[in-house]
Amino acid sequence: MSTWLRNNPVTALAVLTAALLTASIALIFFYAPVDADGLNQKIFYFHVPIALTSYACFGWGALKAFMHLWKRTPTADLESYVAIHQGVIFGALTLVTGSIWAKVRWGTWWTWSDEQLVLFLVLFLFYCAYFMLRFSVDPGPQRANLCAVYALFGVVLIPISFLAIRLANSYIHPTVFRSSGPAMATSQFATFCVAWAAMLSLAYFLYRFELAGKRLDANLKELRELLA
Amino acid sequence: MTTEEKYVAAAYLVVFAVLLLYVVIMAAKVTRLGRDVAELTELAREKKRSEEPAKAVPKQVKVG
Repeated sequence: MSTWLRNNPVTALAVLTAALLTASIALIFFYAPVDADGLNQKIFYFHVPIALTSYACFGWGALKAFMHLWKRTPTADLESYVAIHQGVIFGALTLVTGSIWAKVRWGTWWTWSDEQLVLFLVLFLFYCAYFMLRFSVDPGPQRANLCAVYALFGVVLIPISFLAIRLANSYIHPTVFRSSGPAMATSQFATFCVAWAAMLSLAYFLYRFELAGKRLDANLKELRELLA
Repeated sequence: MTTEEKYVAAAYLVVFAVLLLYVVIMAAKVTRLGRDVAELTELAREKKRSEEPAKAVPKQVKVG
């Protein structure tokens, strides 16, 4: 079993992700109670873990960018790019699920008066622009350095975006995690933790899967050049 | 189905639809990589075949 896990880490990760996603769906709809906010609160169990996972992906991308600049790790540039790509996918999902929740809860798809929403959009657009930069420069050390510096600048926006709701004067966006602890029942917090683990596992699986594909693509290009 | 239930279903469906789209894109990429591998294998076979007759030519032996 341990040999199989060592030889097939991505497959094992896919199985773990599927199990966690199934468990989280079961917990959300059959275990977590419907609170005073109504059924729309169920969106919280996917929306918040997706948002936190996108922060984690951007943070991981920035860490890999730092490794590229500091230690010149040969694989760090590609790893940083793939992590940011995952972050943008999860960021888009955060905005979409958040908008749907806002429509039910506040009666509007979007509000510009909420700092948390606007700062997350700024963070998302900042990392969308990362791809414009990456694909406008020829591949090579210069592109890798430029992208790494850009990814590191973006990471500054993560704590600002995360803390915005606590620093803001408007309280439209709900604050669940406070210094005194999570403002929810134990069953709800347990469900949230499983959903977050599922999202982190999903992001890591997609990261490893995409990375494997990109490495295979690069190796095939090299092989083609050698055979030509 | 109430309006609230429809919105909750929509939020979850969006996540799974994006996930499905991502898997479809990756499956298309794996198919392309499979075609590339087959093409390169054929190229390597042709290269080996073209090198073999050259190796098979016997050395000329001077007699007398």
